[in-house]
Amino acid sequence: MSTNQTILISGPHTHADNSVQYIMGNVIIALLPVTLFAIYLFGLPTLYLIIISLLSALVAEYGCLWLMNKPIRPFLTDGSALLTGLLVALAMPPWAPWWIAIVGSTFAIVIGKQLFGGLGQNVFNPAMLARVMLLIAFPLEMTTWISPHPLLFTGSPGFLESLQITFIGISDIDAISSASLLGHIKTELTLGHSIPEILQQQENFSLLNSFVGFTNGSLGESSSLLLLIGGLYLLFRKIITWHIPVAMIVTTIALASGFHYYNPDRYLDALFHLLNGGAMLAIFFIATDPVTSPSTAFGKILFGVGCSSIEYVIRTWGAFPEGIGFAILLMNALTPLIDHYFRPRIYGRNRSGKPLEQGGKS
Amino acid sequence: MAIDYKLITKEGLWSNNTVFAQQLALCPALAVTTTATNGLGMGLATTIVLIITNVLISMFRGVVTQEVRIPVFVLLIATAVTVIDMVMNAFLHDLYKVLGLFIPLIVTNCVILGRAESYASRHPILPSIVDGVMMGLGFTFALVLLGACREILGSGTLFANASLFLGNAFAFLELTVIPNYKGYLIMILPPGGFLVLGFLMAGKRLIDNRSKSKMAIPINAVST
Repeated sequence: MSTNQTILISGPHTHADNSVQYIMGNVIIALLPVTLFAIYLFGLPTLYLIIISLLSALVAEYGCLWLMNKPIRPFLTDGSALLTGLLVALAMPPWAPWWIAIVGSTFAIVIGKQLFGGLGQNVFNPAMLARVMLLIAFPLEMTTWISPHPLLFTGSPGFLESLQITFIGISDIDAISSASLLGHIKTELTLGHSIPEILQQQENFSLLNSFVGFTNGSLGESSSLLLLIGGLYLLFRKIITWHIPVAMIVTTIALASGFHYYNPDRYLDALFHLLNGGAMLAIFFIATDPVTSPSTAFGKILFGVGCSSIEYVIRTWGAFPEGIGFAILLMNALTPLIDHYFRPRIYGRNRSGKPLEQGGKS
Repeated sequence: MAIDYKLITKEGLWSNNTVFAQQLALCPALAVTTTATNGLGMGLATTIVLIITNVLISMFRGVVTQEVRIPVFVLLIATAVTVIDMVMNAFLHDLYKVLGLFIPLIVTNCVILGRAESYASRHPILPSIVDGVMMGLGFTFALVLLGACREILGSGTLFANASLFLGNAFAFLELTVIPNYKGYLIMILPPGGFLVLGFLMAGKRLIDNRSKSKMAIPINAVST
């Protein structure tokens, strides 16, 4: 017997050094700057909210795996539940009550992910599903935007006060909250004001402020700059490809500039659309979810164009001030169709699947 | 051929339940079940229509030829529904306002035509009545369960406004399950209907699987 036996292993023989853990870990790292900034900007209640959201995502994941007799350790430690919990937290208003976080994270994991069959099987992005569900189910709580209360500054709630905000509620909520910028503009437009007027009245508004992030909105809507850095990190690490972000940015710029040029009093400009609301978070972190977006390059571009177009339509003419959640869910639903119609050509065959003509007669 | 009434009962109420097993009539099942009372009203209205149409179709089954049976069935069903629609409008006006469009739409309810085609047109009158009653009660059971879950989750009450429908004697049914409840709005909206229906169907299959595996054990014990 020879010890030099050849071990037969079926292909593929070249592996990318990727694992679920690696991908999820990197996305979480990319989200860390904006998460920390959000905690700084809105104070301790936000920290509690994120912790509750992460914990309930893990508990929900554990419960589902246990019910379905699936191995618990590998699935629980792959980081996917943690990432979903974090994304749900980032899509919530900063001082949302504790039960919003629990309901949202549990919904995302149980209904958004595990009911479809677990990791990699879900049709819709779990975090966006949870956000849209919360927005429809609890419209009041989900649109209470707190003005920034940076940590260590006066006005930032202390440890106990923050616990009170998260678990009992805020007493004089109207004094410290205001409409998000997109929502404010939407209401003012219906009152007949023009956009330059509205923006002038808005005291500390500047595009720079929106870019750096000292605005009110949900946690992940604050700093476009940090989201951009996180997104570039993911691109650099090759966790995501450029197709969806570029398609989304180009579509937004094209649509917004076109309408802005046509009537600047009625339509916001492109930079405003990109820097405000959940656009940046969605462009780099939500829409690029490998499970719920198409797998071919052309399909991805189509997906990105669709997301941004629907978002623009909802923002401009729809009933909600921000439509990125709905836009992504709608395009998620179309993803199987896109993947069906835009398949890559199989090697050795033409586009319709017939074998290529061989040189010479066989 | 002896008619097994026990089997008809079991099929109608559970194993071949119109909503949970056949998945027919999902449109009214999802649309009106925002409260348990609505579900009960819709279920009972459908049951009555189902009994009447089953009787009529069973009576005419000898004279209707194969080719024109569907138009005849639909005509009979439409007549029965029109009667129910007018009766409800006259005597249960408040419930009629809530159920609104869905009462005339019982005509297109696939349960009715389904039972006519698959049961009443092939069986004598008495079994057809039993089938209509059981299928209708199964449908009512499904709608009340669906409505109750959605109502408790969505607005924290149970059988709200039941007295409008059943009279003041049944006012005790109206419960506030969760006081000071803010309401989980999505459960009352259409998505909640789909979510609850999905979970209820999963629950039914779970129970079926449990009872199946329980039955399987003694057989194994005998064979070994």
